[in-house]
Amino acid sequence: MTRLPKSLIIGAIITAIMVGAALLSRVWTPADPTGMNIVARLKPPGAAGLFGTDQIGRDVLSIIMAGAWTSLGIAVVATVIGGGIGTLLGVTAAAKGGRLERLVMSFNGVLFAFPPILSAILLGALLGPGALTSIIAIGIFMVPVFARVTRAAAIQIWARDYINAARMAGKGDARITMEHVLPNISAQIIVQLAIQTGLGILSEAGLSFLGMGVSPPTPSWGRMLSESQTFLDAAPHLVLAPGLAIAITVLGLNLLGDGLRDLTDPRRGQNG
Amino acid sequence: MMLEINDLRVAFQRRNHPPTQVIHGLSLSLERGQTLGIVGESGSGKSVMSLATMGLLPATATATGSIMFEGRDILTMPERDLCKLRGNRMGMIFQEPMTALNPAMRVGAQIAEGLILHKGISRAAARTEALHLLEMVQIPRAAERIDSFPHEMSGGQRQRVGIAIALALKPDLLIADEPTTALDVTVQAEVLDILDDLVTDLGISLILISHDLGVIARIADRTLVMYRGDMMEEGPTERVLRQPGHDYTRKLLDAMPRRVRASLGGA
Amino acid sequence: MTQAFKRLRGLAGAVMVLAVTSLLIFVLIDAAPGDPAEIMLGTSAQADTLAALRTELGLDRPLMVRYLGWLAGVFTGDLGQSYTYGVPVAGLIGERMLVTLPLTLMATVLAVAVSLPLGVMAAARPGKAGDGLASLFSQVGIAVPNFWIGLLLILGFALNLTWFPVGGFPGWGDGFWAALWSLVLPAIALAIPQAAVLTRVTRAAVIEVTNEDFIRTARAKGLSRRRALWRHTVPNSLLPVVTMLGLQIPFLISGAVLVENVFSLPGIGTLAYQALSQRDLIVVQNVVLLFAVIVLAVNAGTDALYARLDPRLRARK
Repeated sequence: MTRLPKSLIIGAIITAIMVGAALLSRVWTPADPTGMNIVARLKPPGAAGLFGTDQIGRDVLSIIMAGAWTSLGIAVVATVIGGGIGTLLGVTAAAKGGRLERLVMSFNGVLFAFPPILSAILLGALLGPGALTSIIAIGIFMVPVFARVTRAAAIQIWARDYINAARMAGKGDARITMEHVLPNISAQIIVQLAIQTGLGILSEAGLSFLGMGVSPPTPSWGRMLSESQTFLDAAPHLVLAPGLAIAITVLGLNLLGDGLRDLTDPRRGQNG
Repeated sequence: MMLEINDLRVAFQRRNHPPTQVIHGLSLSLERGQTLGIVGESGSGKSVMSLATMGLLPATATATGSIMFEGRDILTMPERDLCKLRGNRMGMIFQEPMTALNPAMRVGAQIAEGLILHKGISRAAARTEALHLLEMVQIPRAAERIDSFPHEMSGGQRQRVGIAIALALKPDLLIADEPTTALDVTVQAEVLDILDDLVTDLGISLILISHDLGVIARIADRTLVMYRGDMMEEGPTERVLRQPGHDYTRKLLDAMPRRVRASLGGA
Repeated sequence: MTQAFKRLRGLAGAVMVLAVTSLLIFVLIDAAPGDPAEIMLGTSAQADTLAALRTELGLDRPLMVRYLGWLAGVFTGDLGQSYTYGVPVAGLIGERMLVTLPLTLMATVLAVAVSLPLGVMAAARPGKAGDGLASLFSQVGIAVPNFWIGLLLILGFALNLTWFPVGGFPGWGDGFWAALWSLVLPAIALAIPQAAVLTRVTRAAVIEVTNEDFIRTARAKGLSRRRALWRHTVPNSLLPVVTMLGLQIPFLISGAVLVENVFSLPGIGTLAYQALSQRDLIVVQNVVLLFAVIVLAVNAGTDALYARLDPRLRARK
């Protein structure tokens, strides 16, 4: 039994804590994340609640927990949908080659020109802000990322001898892709899912910081930061808590992705 | 003696394992102007020995014994002094001409680099000398090829550039590690002849490492046979080939095609 | 296939991508709710005045005609009039670029200036203290949102230490240094995540090249470890670094929108964001196209730069 990479263990623990907090917030938080209390406003950490209170007296820890659900939820859904479409495009391009492959890669080029914030500005004009806009905007950018990675990986698999053997046996492109290509590139896909979910969290935070994410009163880390700007001097804890929550979650997912990569591809172990 | 190696032992550290020794006590001596052939199959420690002599063993290797070059021990010499020796007093030619040259640098500049470094001459003077060296290793149309990138040259030409780099400063000692192995059979002889002529003309001591007894027989005065990090035998080339003193040498000879063996004039 | 044909096909591909991109933007913006005439004249305007303005703006023409008209305008520099500012969009964008361009440029220079030495240092002695520091920096730098870094920088260096302005931009007319000074904190905020990614890529690339045969050749020539590193290893490691610089452009643009917002800089990101909230859709449309063109152009430029860095690729072009 080989030893698990350190980054995998740390990343898995951080991710588990964040996911746990997000799930827990659905049934229990220390206080009501939407409950105002003007008397206890802008209290520093410890004075009221573990992380203090915000400008209208809400418990910061509770909003952070509820915000984890929003951030992780949007990032995961966007990554899975965008990643799924991208993977489909990538493996199809690798299987068919030729004109279709060029078309897919050009399409990729178009999508790549739309980073999440840009798509959100465009979609925001059409749909207005909200969870759906965030998911589509983030998901769109995942498509070319996954298409690129899976196509490169799938092309390598297609060059192997056993693919020829499968072809000789009369199996079609789709069947070979399902039976041989996808299982062999699944490790790379999982690694990307972890890392891109991290990027999704950063994007979601950016969108809600600009007011293009979920609408109030749904708690969100990005909007907490946006609101904290007004009280930067008076209540710096309002800046620290959501920023740390974002950074630690993304760090955890990145470490998890790196660790998984080291585990599945020992040659790249030195990149940890 | 210009080079004297005494009881050289080299071991590599491995992660979570005891170190593996790849050379177990090698001794040899080489006089000025002499050519020593080292023969052995891959994994016999030939290349490690040559890197040790250049002071270029990787950090994971530990070497004991001594490698005396003109009276000073390479193994204990500070890195600064080694840098003054390398390229200047001793040069090396590597096996893979395809990867041994910097792909992003013109060949002329790669030859000139050592000249500028050790002689402190100007770029222009070094370029003139590099051109001369390219002519010396018989690169056709050297004046044009001096500004080529390695990928624009054939394997044989690249290896000639490798020779030019190693000989640029007329070193006292040249180590050639399988210099013709990666080349087409047709150009092997050419490159070998160029090497042999230059070494003789310039009075350079040569250590020629090869797995090919034919190559060794052609130019080596003395021959050393290695097997798995051990020295099997050493002596004048003709004696070693005609009357091998060791079973392993005999096996190597027997492994050669009959016609080649006949051309060696023995066995 | 001849090289000329390949090049032509590459160019045709780029033109196709641009055409699809611009059409996509146009159709989406066109479908967005909000009547430009109503936005310009206000909700209290008379129906016939609105209709007259619509005709004047050409909004009654078919979609494709308006799209082609817009494209023609893009090539002649006439991007139309802003609905809310009432000035030409081209001028508006040009003016805002005077903030965004120096900001992103400064951030990129900073990121490269930090990441190149850091990545090379980490790779030169893998597993040592410097390597640990570099990997900590890249892991943390990738994970922190740049707008949060911006807020922390304001908190530390503008509010507490008062070395820098809290935000805003004095304009280039009122003194070059004051204007530049006001871009320093935003540029740092924008640069840190970029530097983190680049450090990582540089380290991996340098480690890979260090193990190449030609580095041994260089050492055998008598080059010191340091000299071989900078003269032979680093130049050959730049290819993946340049690739990553190109791939990071979308994130640089996204980052600029956020950081400009944090520091209240009148840049192109702020323009897009404000235009969106005021439904000044013609501005949104043109800014989004501009960003998309920049991303695509940088990608094409990266490919061209490859050939300069790796002579082997020139032959294949």
